[in-house]
Amino acid sequence: MNPALWAAKTGLDAQQTRLAVTSNNLANVSTSGFKKGRAVFEDLLYQNVRQVGGSTSQDTQAPSGVHLGTGVRVVATEKLYTQGGLTQTDNALDVAVEGRGFFQIQLPDGTNAYTRDGSFQLSAQGQMVTSSGYTLNPGISIPEGTQSVTIGRDGVVSVRVAGQAAPVQVGQLQLTDFVNPAGLQPLGENLLAETVASGPAQTGTPGQNGLGVTTQGSVEASNVNVVEELVNMIETQRAYEMNSKAISTADQMLEYVNQQL
Amino acid sequence: MDRMLYVAMTGAKETLRAQTVNNHNLANVSTTGFRADLAAFQSRAVDGTGFASRVYATNASVGWDDTSGALLTTGRDLDVAINGPGWIAVQAADGREAYTRAGNLQVDPTGQLMTATGQPVMGDGGPINVPPYTSIFFARDGSISIVAQGQTPDTTSTVGRIKLVNPAEADIERGDDGLFRMKDRSDAPPDAAVQINSGVLESSNVNTAAAMVNMIELARQFEMQVKAIRTAEENGQAASQLLRV
Repeated sequence: MNPALWAAKTGLDAQQTRLAVTSNNLANVSTSGFKKGRAVFEDLLYQNVRQVGGSTSQDTQAPSGVHLGTGVRVVATEKLYTQGGLTQTDNALDVAVEGRGFFQIQLPDGTNAYTRDGSFQLSAQGQMVTSSGYTLNPGISIPEGTQSVTIGRDGVVSVRVAGQAAPVQVGQLQLTDFVNPAGLQPLGENLLAETVASGPAQTGTPGQNGLGVTTQGSVEASNVNVVEELVNMIETQRAYEMNSKAISTADQMLEYVNQQL
Repeated sequence: MDRMLYVAMTGAKETLRAQTVNNHNLANVSTTGFRADLAAFQSRAVDGTGFASRVYATNASVGWDDTSGALLTTGRDLDVAINGPGWIAVQAADGREAYTRAGNLQVDPTGQLMTATGQPVMGDGGPINVPPYTSIFFARDGSISIVAQGQTPDTTSTVGRIKLVNPAEADIERGDDGLFRMKDRSDAPPDAAVQINSGVLESSNVNTAAAMVNMIELARQFEMQVKAIRTAEENGQAASQLLRV
């Protein structure tokens, strides 16, 4: 009906989305390997009511035109892949990635997913699995009777089995990198899926070809900065208030017309 | 009577239009690199016989606020903000150059450096391609250097330079898509004086307090116009009552 109302309404919508992103970040402040999100805004199309530079006579042009903006929209909610801090846990199966790269996880349907959350556990079959029970791909099984597990910075997993003097290498963790990690699709359960936007998965050995290294006994903490998110929340709330004020003002203007005429 | 009614009506209509511009600014209070739209009223006299009482108001976009927005530190490698005046050149949907202040960049799977809204960023010689990298740095003059995948940090390579321009405000205009372009559709020359910061984003430059005050002012102005319409109506009623006697 009235473009002034709708422009302000798009502002409310956008701020609402931003608050959802901020709340999700705050809720995941203790999630291992979590990467914070950010809402990206874009101004909507401009309606050209009167063309600037249109002829006002044979020799003169209008120096200014009328462009009516129609508001704002959320164009993306991108993830920020900055390094999270490493939390020492001293758990032998906790592995953090320092630098680029993701662990490749095999989902029950056979497809691959990717995660930065390296808090692994053992399944009943001795496989290294995520907290949700999904196996690593390529899988690593820890033999029965293992006394201790050592994971090197290059991802080599070696175990010392009871009764044997020398440690045995049982596999090597691989890391996968993407050209555009922001293009990965979050699946929940700390997992991400490859998309057209992320580019193809490039798997390699930790520490080589620009991939990060694996650190045993640590997990990567969430990269959410609580103070930043709280400031974001304040800003979002105030912007929301201002836009709702704009709606109520536009409404009052129309109400006044209805009453007076 | 009719003159007064129509003059007041255009006043009310144009005030509502100005409110739209103001609400658009308020809606974009969190849009990265957004420039607030400025609207102004212009008087348009209608000449004719009789007393010259018909001066209509029209609302015109007179440009945008060119003050810098606040710089927000994000720490993300691909976030850049222009320090002071200037623009980042991007390739618009029509293949031509357009300009923006929004520096939340990304690298697409083919390695092209893009804005968050999907326009390729222009270098000195066309769109910039960034090979797979371990880390990326933006210098103050827009040069991009990377440590390529498989290289050690002591071997950086320069992959291009963001085209930074600073045309006169009178030479550029905002397009329907919110990007700015040269009025004569040419490409602005690069300007070495424009500097960027990386790990920083420029917020919208909408002054929220001013926008709120402007909103109140426009609302009251609108009420006055409606009051004038109402008075015109009452005058008409009084006139018709006179004739009834």
